[in-house]
Amino acid sequence: MNDLRKFSIRKVHEFLQQGKLSSEELVKDAFHHIEKYDTTIKAFLTLDKERAYAKAKKIDKKIAHGFELKSLEGIPYSAKDIFCTKDVRTTAGSKILEKFIPPYDATVIKRMNEAGAILIGKNNCDAFGFGSSTENSGYFTTTNPYDVERVPGGSSGGSAAAVAMGMGVCSVAEDTGGSIRQPSAFCNVSGIKVTYGRVSRYGAIEYGSSLDSVGHIARTIEDLALLLEHTAGYDEHDSTTLDKDVPRYTEEMKKSIDCIQIGIPKEYFPDDGIDNEVKQNVLEAAKIFEKLGCHLEEISLPHTKYAVSVNYLAGICEVSANLARYDGIRFGHRTEKSKDLFEQYTRSRSEGFEDEVKRRIMLGTYALSAGYFDAYYKKAMQVRSILKREMEEAFSRVDVILSPVAPTPPFKIGAHKGDPLSMWLEDVFTMTLNPTGCPGLALPSGFSKEGLPIGMQIYGPQFSEALLFRLGYHFQKETDYHMQKPDILNKNNS
Amino acid sequence: MAITKRISKQQVKHIAKLARISLSKEDVELFQKQLGDIIEYFNLLSEVDTEGVEEVSQVTGLENVVRKDEVKDFLSQKHALSNAPETEDGFFKTISPFKQTP
Repeated sequence: MNDLRKFSIRKVHEFLQQGKLSSEELVKDAFHHIEKYDTTIKAFLTLDKERAYAKAKKIDKKIAHGFELKSLEGIPYSAKDIFCTKDVRTTAGSKILEKFIPPYDATVIKRMNEAGAILIGKNNCDAFGFGSSTENSGYFTTTNPYDVERVPGGSSGGSAAAVAMGMGVCSVAEDTGGSIRQPSAFCNVSGIKVTYGRVSRYGAIEYGSSLDSVGHIARTIEDLALLLEHTAGYDEHDSTTLDKDVPRYTEEMKKSIDCIQIGIPKEYFPDDGIDNEVKQNVLEAAKIFEKLGCHLEEISLPHTKYAVSVNYLAGICEVSANLARYDGIRFGHRTEKSKDLFEQYTRSRSEGFEDEVKRRIMLGTYALSAGYFDAYYKKAMQVRSILKREMEEAFSRVDVILSPVAPTPPFKIGAHKGDPLSMWLEDVFTMTLNPTGCPGLALPSGFSKEGLPIGMQIYGPQFSEALLFRLGYHFQKETDYHMQKPDILNKNNS
Repeated sequence: MAITKRISKQQVKHIAKLARISLSKEDVELFQKQLGDIIEYFNLLSEVDTEGVEEVSQVTGLENVVRKDEVKDFLSQKHALSNAPETEDGFFKTISPFKQTP
């Protein structure tokens, strides 16, 4: 089995059960790629090698004794470093949690582990998920596997780069404004941002609690569907999860996509503010859907341009409250010496937080303060209502909406240095889904002339994940963009 | 209504204090500009007519979710304290917020 990338998780799992492949070989393959490439890619903050091998050996014994495997048993995966992993360091990409060892697992991690998947390590990300490139990580910047001078996207850049590089089969990640979708597009992998409340946020280090959506990054839609079957659903530890049946996504995805109405929103294909190659590429992808029997319809979402402000205002206000917990008393960094409690707070926080974290906390503090609340927070939450209504109206006309994920292919490291606002505007096409709670699927739609990945997103009404997977599954049966691997792997023949 | 005045250095220092963050002189300069740009960008929202529009923050329609008031095992004291920088007799330890009177 020299190239495991060719196979879906389900297929690899079959090989395991049939004894054609051992779990140890799989784990070894993941660590082989990490050892060989991660000095360049820098997708991992922490590895959990010993435990991963121990688990694999146990599973191999189980196979040898003829026991039936659980459905993800033996599959190596990584997780964005914002998920609490019991006894495995969890930093959220920030120095303030450099030594934090969670005493419990996040629900999504627990569910992956209970299905038998093997955690191999924790992925780099922008600190607390605040960024679109991993450059806001307190540790280092992950590089794009398709061009190491470019960013992998963010905030889940480590997750997307790891999956693209075969460092594990899939990754658990989180999306608050595009953090799963944009890195997926930049690294030529697939990612699902679920409906708000579809997957438990328990044990996911908070960013914007009304926006955060836990999801997955994998090589194919088929894999995403399988993973979400295991992780979606009600959790008593997260009161925003819904007690709603989880569909059999892996069955649902195979259903025909004949006659599905796809909306093409003109605001996402403007004359300015989008790279022409990206625009043409996604319009070409739309034609493939048409060929597969879908109907295209131009629609308009006139409030799209306000989504960045709405999402960021909701985000920063929630951040200023959520990040108050970093006080240097119960966990996280504490400054060496201080004369009083106030100084202990301010010094611990100032030493531990990265600049982007400070900016967002301060902006949230400002927007919530007396005299500004109505103009910013309240206003944003009113426009959020309008956005939600706009989406509902759109979905009464069309089944799903198709758009680019990002306005450009992956940008150069340092391109937005010193200008945080310009970095925020990178998220213009992904921002609407979080404040409205809708799910979105990002998947590869081709490459630029320079060979850089381009991705599209399909989004639908709340709880329409099955429909999104259906479209993605059929698209990936028709195309092979998602099967292309980075040159760095081709060159080295692994 | 949009707030058109740009954020001042004094305001930056004030919100930093409220947020328990200390800033150097250079930080104040830099953040004044960066925060100012972002706040200005937010003012884009003022062009949207929101007269009579209700605010929303919970988007999936859940209301007043409660759980049963039951005692359950969660973290042991040892685990709960395991990441604390300083503990004493099973408590988190920090500097007293009160000044001792002589």
